[in-house]
Amino acid sequence: MIKAVGLRKSFGDFTAVDGIDVEVAPGESFGFLGPNGAGKTSTMKIIGCTSPASGGTIRILGMDPASQASKIKARLGVVPQEDALDADLTVFENLLVYGRYFGLPRATVRARAEELLEFAQLVDKRDEIVEKLSGGMKRRLTIARGLINTPQIVLLDEPTTGLDPQARHILWDRLFRLKREGVTLVLTTHYMDEAEQLCDRLVVMDKGRIVAEGSPRALIAEHASREVLELRFDVADHAERAADVEGIGARVEVLADRLLLYVENGDVALEQVTARGVHPMSSLVRRASLEDVFLRLTGRSLIE
Amino acid sequence: MTATTPAGVSTAVESPPGGGWLSVLAYWMAVYKRVWKGTIISSFLAPLAYLAGMGIGLGSLIDSGERTAVEGVPYLAFVATGLLAAQAMQTGVGEATFPVMGAIKWHHTYEAMLATPLRVQDLVRGHVVYAAIRVATTVGVFAIVSIALGALSGWGVLGAVVFAILGGLAFAMPVYFYSCRVRSEQGYNVLSRFVIMPLFLFSGTFFPISQLPAWLEALAWVSPLTHAGALTRAAALGPGSPFVLDLGGYLLHIAYLLLWAVGGYLLGVRALRSRMGA
Ligand SMILES: Nc1ncnc2c1ncn2[C@@H]1O[C@H](COP(=O)(O)OP(=O)(O)OP(=O)(O)O)[C@@H](O)[C@H]1O
Ligand SMILES: [Mg+2]
Repeated sequence: MIKAVGLRKSFGDFTAVDGIDVEVAPGESFGFLGPNGAGKTSTMKIIGCTSPASGGTIRILGMDPASQASKIKARLGVVPQEDALDADLTVFENLLVYGRYFGLPRATVRARAEELLEFAQLVDKRDEIVEKLSGGMKRRLTIARGLINTPQIVLLDEPTTGLDPQARHILWDRLFRLKREGVTLVLTTHYMDEAEQLCDRLVVMDKGRIVAEGSPRALIAEHASREVLELRFDVADHAERAADVEGIGARVEVLADRLLLYVENGDVALEQVTARGVHPMSSLVRRASLEDVFLRLTGRSLIE
Repeated sequence: MTATTPAGVSTAVESPPGGGWLSVLAYWMAVYKRVWKGTIISSFLAPLAYLAGMGIGLGSLIDSGERTAVEGVPYLAFVATGLLAAQAMQTGVGEATFPVMGAIKWHHTYEAMLATPLRVQDLVRGHVVYAAIRVATTVGVFAIVSIALGALSGWGVLGAVVFAILGGLAFAMPVYFYSCRVRSEQGYNVLSRFVIMPLFLFSGTFFPISQLPAWLEALAWVSPLTHAGALTRAAALGPGSPFVLDLGGYLLHIAYLLLWAVGGYLLGVRALRSRMGA
């Protein structure tokens, strides 16, 4: 579906995407995980054929964006980071107007728009002016709009950023449904839980480069441990206490407000900590996540 | 070929090409249908007030009996034809400023359009046609009101409307180009204060430019509005008036307006392409 080799994007002297290789298979859900400024949107725009690559090669559905942009775009669904809906128009009008950009016959667009209202759970908002919708509804409408041309690949740039947990879950459910129908999804996210939920495979991006690649499970297995023990102490600098727990588990990570111990079994590790006479203010055992992978790979947190 | 799945989401095997400028026009018309009430004041009532105040009020003061202030025509008719062209300019400029900046910068409309098979030139073409329609409506209504007030009469008014539309585009397209280049709405203050307002006053709308000092008169001929006004007057006031034009005169004025419109269009496409990073 998508194959990129040595893909680069620069803005003047600044390199936003610095030679990445990506391959996405049909029906796959593929994710770009990375912090602000990692180059996710820049990459998505190249795939969406709205911004030319500065270097490397890319083929989408076997075609070259440089020469066949319109043809590629006819088969892509794009959900940009910013909704870009037409705020003065109604929900239904937004779908109609957008469908016509693809040159689809009016009747086809109408029928399709009705289907998509159902899909996006916006049937009762059909004639509402978009300005009055909640953030979650707008996002669902943006997704519905991106599906108006029955695309083979859907590009989602941070589909759930800024939404409350309930709205996120509704959205994830919709995306699952698409995935089940065999639509190829390419998405970017800051959220590890989102990547774990939605992606079959992902790349971790940092400063325009890919620092790791694999399934969420494989990445966690490779770059973190099974469980993580989080310890909080009543000290200004947690680095002071790192030595006290050294050797328990594979690794200790010092954060501003806590220590992370990468261990096989969190409860056993906590017992070892107390056995050493170390008494944290609070402790928490959790499963390792992509956040830990990111921390391990870059030495920084994903969300500042 | 499309297959619809139980969840109601179908997957296309073959998709048609894009909807072209017509689909872009359809967007602008849909938006206009929502907001037209708000545009009434600026695009219709204001020139009407000028017509009543300047044309009828001032006209009755300065035209006395057989001798009219502008030789050969009632001042009301002189101002009505001038305002026809000036209003086309205002509308053309209006549609090429804030809506364009909004589409580029505030609402990301163009970004959304360019994610579809639409090309940059489709966006510009759709906007030209939309601007032309907007100019045609306001100028058309204004012409009807002028006729109702007895300021203008005859089929020549129809020709004047057509020339006014061309004049409107001679402003809309260069301003569209400007909108693609300008970074913030501050740029429109400059445009309106230092370009549009002076042109409105010194392009023969309210008095013949022959009243100006020679160097200013020469400068006034640079303004597309002067040429648009010459055309609307020739068409609407006709052979009996001092504003009559021969074929060569018509062609020259038309060519000058086309130069601005087409030049603005070509530059606009280029500027939008680079602005959108495509
Ligand atoms: N048009 C542009 N001109 C100059 N620099 C740009 C432009 N677009 C992006 N950049 C820079 O490129 C880098 C990568 O930006 P990009 O938007 O791809 O990041 P991102 O991973 O999507 O971040 P976020 O999570 O904040 O959306 C950033 O440092 C950004 O400032
Ligand atoms: Mg981004």
